[in-house]
Amino acid sequence: MKRKLAVWLAAIVGLGALPFLGTPVYLLHIAVQILLWGTVYTAWALMGRFGMMSLGHGGFLGIGAYVPTLLWNYYGITPWIGIPLGVALAVLVAVAIGFPCFRLRVVGHYFALVTLALSEVTERGIVAARDITGGSLGLTPNTVSGTSLFALQFPDKRYFFLITLAVWLVGLWVWHRIDGSMTRLSVTASAEEDAAAAVGINVTREKLKVLMVSAALTSLGGSMLAQYLMYLNPGTLSGVMVTLQMLFAAVVGGMYTALGPTVGSALTIILTESLRILFGTRFIGAANTIYGILLIVFTIFMPVGIWGCVVRRLERRPAAPSFRRS
Amino acid sequence: MDIFLVEAMVNGLLLGGVFALLALGLNLIFGVIDVVWIAYTELMMIGMYAMFWLYAKYHWPFLAAAAAAIAVVAVLGLLTHFLIIGPILDAPPINQLLATGGLLFFLQSFATFLFSTEFRNIGLRLPTLEVGGMFISVARLLAFGVSLVGVGCLYAFLKRTYWGLAIRAIAQDRQIVGLMGIDARLAYGLTSAIGGALAGLAGCLLVLQYDVHPFIGLSFGPILFMICVLGGLGNMLGGLAAAFIVSEIIAVSGFYVSIDLSYVLAFLIFIGLMFWRPRGVFTR
Repeated sequence: MKRKLAVWLAAIVGLGALPFLGTPVYLLHIAVQILLWGTVYTAWALMGRFGMMSLGHGGFLGIGAYVPTLLWNYYGITPWIGIPLGVALAVLVAVAIGFPCFRLRVVGHYFALVTLALSEVTERGIVAARDITGGSLGLTPNTVSGTSLFALQFPDKRYFFLITLAVWLVGLWVWHRIDGSMTRLSVTASAEEDAAAAVGINVTREKLKVLMVSAALTSLGGSMLAQYLMYLNPGTLSGVMVTLQMLFAAVVGGMYTALGPTVGSALTIILTESLRILFGTRFIGAANTIYGILLIVFTIFMPVGIWGCVVRRLERRPAAPSFRRS
Repeated sequence: MDIFLVEAMVNGLLLGGVFALLALGLNLIFGVIDVVWIAYTELMMIGMYAMFWLYAKYHWPFLAAAAAAIAVVAVLGLLTHFLIIGPILDAPPINQLLATGGLLFFLQSFATFLFSTEFRNIGLRLPTLEVGGMFISVARLLAFGVSLVGVGCLYAFLKRTYWGLAIRAIAQDRQIVGLMGIDARLAYGLTSAIGGALAGLAGCLLVLQYDVHPFIGLSFGPILFMICVLGGLGNMLGGLAAAFIVSEIIAVSGFYVSIDLSYVLAFLIFIGLMFWRPRGVFTR
C-alpha cells in the first residue's frame, strides 16, 4: 500500500514538473486535452461501471461549459463563482432526472433513452437560444489581456496544465472514494436490485449519489474545457455525439479501472491528432469510423478495456507468497 | 381556427405516420429481442443514401430503387443482429447499448467518410396540393399513406401467419418457445430483417421530403426514442399513439414558437411525463 502511494506521488510530481522541463507547447496542449477529457470520461465511467448507461452526460457537460461563460460574458461574474453555479445546476438537473428514474426502477434501456433526452434538450436549447449563446456558431468568452486568476484565463499553457492536473486528480480522488463504497454499490449495480434492497441498501439513494457526483464532475470538466479552449460550441461541448465519444473512450480505455477512462482519452486524442496531421481534412470522419468499430469490438470481446486488461495482467503476476492481502 | 395552425397540425399528423413506422420497428425489435438499437435511425439514413444513389445517380426506376433500398437495410438489420447483438445477447443491457451506440458512431462517420457532409437531394419534386387554403405536400401525404399501409401489413403478418405468431410468442416468453418447436434464432433473424426493412421504408419515404446527410439520423433518433419510451418500449399500440401525440406537440408548438424551441418543449414535456409514468404513458 505504501509503495503504491509512493508511486502515485512520484507520478504526480513528475507530471507536475512536466511543463517546466521545456516540454513543447504543442505537447502541453495535447496533455491538457487528454487530462480534461479524461476527467469527463472518468465521470461517465463512474456510472457506467455500475451498469447505469447514461446518455445524458452531454447535457451536464454543456451546462458546465455554458453557465460560467454566459455569466462571465453578460454579468462579468468570475468563473470562480460561475463554475460552482454550473456544477450546482448540473447536480440539480441530475436529481430531477435521476430521482424519478431510480425510485421507479427505470433501468437498462429505459434509463439510457430517458437520459438521451437530456443531451438532446441541452443541445437544442443552446441552439434555440442563439441570441444569447450564439447558437451553433459558438461562443467565445470575453478575453482579458494576459494572465488573470480572476477570469481564470491563462494564455500560458504551463499554468493551465497545472490546474488541469489538479482537476484530473480530483476526478481520480472521487473515483477512489466511490470505489471505497464499492461493496454497497456493486450489489446495486447488478440487475438484482431487489436483492440489494432486501439486505437493507437504499438503492435509490446510492444510485442517486453516484449520479450526482458524476454530473458534478462532468460539469466541472465542461467548465474547464470551456476555459481552456476559449470557444464553446453546442456540437462539441454538449449533445449526443459528445456523449457517444464518452462511451467510446471509457469503454476502450476501461471503465472498471480508475485510469482506464484517461487511457481512453489519450488514445482518442492521439489518434485524432495523428490522423489530422497525416491526412489533414481529406478523411473527415475517418477517426470516428475507427472509434465506432473499436467500440463494437471492445464491447463484445474486451468489455474491461485496454487498461482493464493491463491491470488484470499485472495483478495476476505471481507475487511473493503472502497470506495477507495488502 | 387559424388556417396555418390547421396546416401545421395536418403536417404534424403526416409526419407522425413515418414516426409510427419507425417506432413500430424499434418496438418490434425490443419486444422480441429485448434490445434497443440506438443506431436505428442511422439504418434509416443508409436507406436514404441507397435511394439517393440508385435513383438519382444510377437512374433506377423509383419503385425498383425503393425495393433495393429496403432490401439493403433489411440485410443491414440482419447483420446488426448476427454480428453485433448475437454475441452479447445475454450480456447486461449496458453492453448491448454500447455496441449499438458504436454502430451509430460507425455508420454516421463512415457515411461522412464516404459521402462527405454534403446535403444531397434526390431531385424528385412532388407537387403541393392546395386544400381549402392549406398547402399539403404530396410527399408527406404519400409518406403517411405508405406508412399506414406498412403498419397494416406488419399487423396482418403478426396476426395471420405462423412466423408472426412465433414472433409474438417469443415476445411473450422467450424461454418457453424452444419447447414449442420454434427456432428462436430464425425468429430473431426475421424480426431483425423486418425491423431493418421498416427503417429502410421510412428512409425511402423521408428522402422525398428531406435532403440526406450523415447526421440526419440524429435529427430523428432522439424523438423516436422519446416516442418509444412514452408509448412503452415493446408496446406497439402505445408507440403508434405516442408517435402521433409527439408529432402534434412538435408541430403545434413549432407553429407558436420556433422549431428548435418546439423540440426543447417536447423533450421537457417528455421528461415531465416520465415523473408520472416512467415506463410509458400507455403501459398498464
